[in-house]
Amino acid sequence: MATAEVSNKKTLKVQRFKPSDNPSNTYLTDEKGVWAWMTTVDHKKIGIMYLVAVAIFFAVGGALALLLRTELMTPAKTFIEADTYNQLFTLHGAIMVFFVLVPSIPAALGNFIMPMQLGAKDVAFPKLNLASFYIYVAGAIFTFIALAQHGLDTGWTFYTPYSTESSSSVIWVTMGVFILGFSSILTGTNFITTIHKMRAPGITWGKLPLNVWALYATSIIQVLATPVLAITVLLLTMERWLGFGIFDPALGGDPVLFQHFFWFYSHPAVYIMIVPGFGIISEVISTFSKKTVFGYWAIALSSLAIAFIGFLVWGHHMFTSGQSAVATTVFSFLTFLVGIPTGIKIFNWIATLYKGSIKMDTPMIYVFIFLFLFSIGGFTGIMLGALSVDIHLHDTYYVVAHFHYVMMGGTLIALLAGLHFWWPKMTGKLYNEKLAKIASVFIFVGFNVTFLPQFVMGAQGMPRRYYNYVDQFTAFHQTSTIGSYLLGVGFLIILYYLMHSLFKGAKSPANPWGSRGLEWQATSPPDFHNFDHTPVVIHGPYDYHQPMEEFQLGLAVDTNGHDSETAKEVVDKEREQWKNYSLG
Amino acid sequence: MDRLFEFMLPEAKSPTADSTDALFHFINEVSLVLLIGITFALIYFAIKYRRRSEDDETPVITHNNTLEITWSVVPLLICFVIFGWGYTGWLNLKSVPDNAYEIQVNGFKWGWNVKYANGAQTLNEIHVPEGRPVKIVLQSSDVLHSFFVPDYRVKHDVVPGRYTYVWFEAEEAGESIVFCTEYCGTGHSDMLAKVIVHTEEDFQTWLEKNGGGVSGTPVEQGEQLVQLQGCTTCHSDDGTRLIGPSFKGLWESEETLSDGSTVTVDENYLRESILNPGAKIVESYDNVMTPYEGRISDEEITNIIEYLKTLK
Repeated sequence: MATAEVSNKKTLKVQRFKPSDNPSNTYLTDEKGVWAWMTTVDHKKIGIMYLVAVAIFFAVGGALALLLRTELMTPAKTFIEADTYNQLFTLHGAIMVFFVLVPSIPAALGNFIMPMQLGAKDVAFPKLNLASFYIYVAGAIFTFIALAQHGLDTGWTFYTPYSTESSSSVIWVTMGVFILGFSSILTGTNFITTIHKMRAPGITWGKLPLNVWALYATSIIQVLATPVLAITVLLLTMERWLGFGIFDPALGGDPVLFQHFFWFYSHPAVYIMIVPGFGIISEVISTFSKKTVFGYWAIALSSLAIAFIGFLVWGHHMFTSGQSAVATTVFSFLTFLVGIPTGIKIFNWIATLYKGSIKMDTPMIYVFIFLFLFSIGGFTGIMLGALSVDIHLHDTYYVVAHFHYVMMGGTLIALLAGLHFWWPKMTGKLYNEKLAKIASVFIFVGFNVTFLPQFVMGAQGMPRRYYNYVDQFTAFHQTSTIGSYLLGVGFLIILYYLMHSLFKGAKSPANPWGSRGLEWQATSPPDFHNFDHTPVVIHGPYDYHQPMEEFQLGLAVDTNGHDSETAKEVVDKEREQWKNYSLG
Repeated sequence: MDRLFEFMLPEAKSPTADSTDALFHFINEVSLVLLIGITFALIYFAIKYRRRSEDDETPVITHNNTLEITWSVVPLLICFVIFGWGYTGWLNLKSVPDNAYEIQVNGFKWGWNVKYANGAQTLNEIHVPEGRPVKIVLQSSDVLHSFFVPDYRVKHDVVPGRYTYVWFEAEEAGESIVFCTEYCGTGHSDMLAKVIVHTEEDFQTWLEKNGGGVSGTPVEQGEQLVQLQGCTTCHSDDGTRLIGPSFKGLWESEETLSDGSTVTVDENYLRESILNPGAKIVESYDNVMTPYEGRISDEEITNIIEYLKTLK
């Protein structure tokens, strides 16, 4: 029997478990039926349910965006009233932030992939994981109740005193967000515990996939920041309902205090949205360059640095708000510091490509798009961190363009990269590569046509959240609207070929990309318990110079469900190979 | 390239724009160089190191401390420069010159009420002299607003319950647009104003002509007041439906309220609707008007009512 030392103290007997390309049992064939899905505690099924929910919300939020852009084709009224427009942009923002971006990567892809990358059977608290999903659904129901009543017209930022005076259904939405926050906190707690306690033998902190590092950093922010959001919306609810006066100057309160509360959560929240995206980029770029990630520790630790410094920069949303001059100065300074770890990541990813074996499949195309768009998002963020320039650019379309480059060009493009990367793993099917590439062109071109003009008109003075605008900006708005239609077409193509893949797609082998990642050493789609053995890890997740066999090891046990004769053959073969193998 | 960056900004019409514009250009230039570098590296690597066979072997390059330090420290130093530059430019925006001419601007849903030292008042027009620093003292009657003049690169939130300010020095006679940049509801995107720059001489003439505030008979005063208080932003005088009911034919009319009851428009109803507009909302309209309680005197209310009586 082969042996492997996974730490200084333990010697384990291992054997190779080559994943079958034709698994007879998968998580999709076990526990079928609607009720089984709804009550499942399987992290993979919960991940899929999140993915479907996020996709539905994205479709709603995207449709709202197209309506907004259509209205902006002409100054003044194109086809809807000002009040409707104000409701549409509020809902677009609130849905995209709270129901799409925050849960998208951690709760959907992270839920599915992260336990597999750890070689675990599930997350640490599977029932809590299911509870998180239903709490998310409950939050969504509250929001839909608000829609059915008077909608919401405060902007997703709920600034007081407008939000305390507005005649729309603010309380329903704040309660929805309050509930939703618990989902986020519970997922974060669950992930932190899982990463600490559920790693397969051999996965030391230095062998943790960067995706897991990113989710770890994200979970820390979720657990620490989200309670502040809960406090904020609760205070706002009491202000509206009971007239508490914490934010009302007439009662001795301070509207700027609300902004501090709000951004204390909502700035770290942008890192909740983007950091998991960084994880996906690291996985994909290494797989499609067949190469060790350059600067593993730089990338891993910069995620933690971002998580930490990200808590100290909320005031850069408030340079024009009337906060104290000292605060403004300090927040500007710290804002530049948080930009550095992000820059470090980008340079390390590019260095990973050097002397790689680069294959431009769809996930890698999205990584390239990410690196280009996110760089622009980063540079314009530096622009907005500079005090004097921010005074001019604050609350203009420049800011709108900046955060779309970061959130859509960053998070959403990373999500697309991850979705295309792990799609064969999740569904066991391949998608149409040609259509996928065509769609990526639509996304890239459409995105830039939509948002590049917004930088220009913003710098020229076009304020955000404007229903009507002066004639000078018409050409920019029209270009932007045309771009948004191209984006819409891109997403429809994606929807089409993914659905086609799901129902009629060709079968995927276990590891179509030749990745060394542990999740690829399970079958596609994975077994109900991910692996029907306990994986043992001896190499780092990106050690492409080591043979694939050595990434497919598991604890050798007699009663692991395998036919004992077959197992013996495998073990005998492995034994020869492992005889003189020493582990450094 | 410079022309592209210049195209991105409106023409600078105040010295407050100088530092901002220079820094805007600097960051754009540095960013563009880096972005071109990144893009070039991506494309070059993707072509040069494209996969030739599935058995390609790649070198093991785990990290390089010199590189890591270089690409951490160099951007950090550039960021320090940008921080310092932005900070000094911003200090200048905060430091009002001693000889600044002061104008009071009150933001409300949805307009800007402007008051001058000699009692002159205007709505959505800020008259200033050229070549002299002007300090705009901002306050809000209701929710947050934000006072933004792109030509001068100045902006500040207008916060209820406290005073904030901006300053600028208009370089030559002309007009510059003012936007509200903090979302404030239905009329947010129409909450525009103009800075009208006069030569020093014209400005003095203008001040004298408009000094002393509203004047004339009660009806005349009422007519001026509905302009200055911004009533006409939402209430037309010709029967057109705007955000609120039109003033035309309002007096002594019978209105159905949102709760189904009816009311006859008399002095007391009008007075209540000015001071506490949310009390009785006419059917099919939204409760969005700012209460004028504490912002308007009894005499002014009476004059406005007298004027409304004339709009048959």
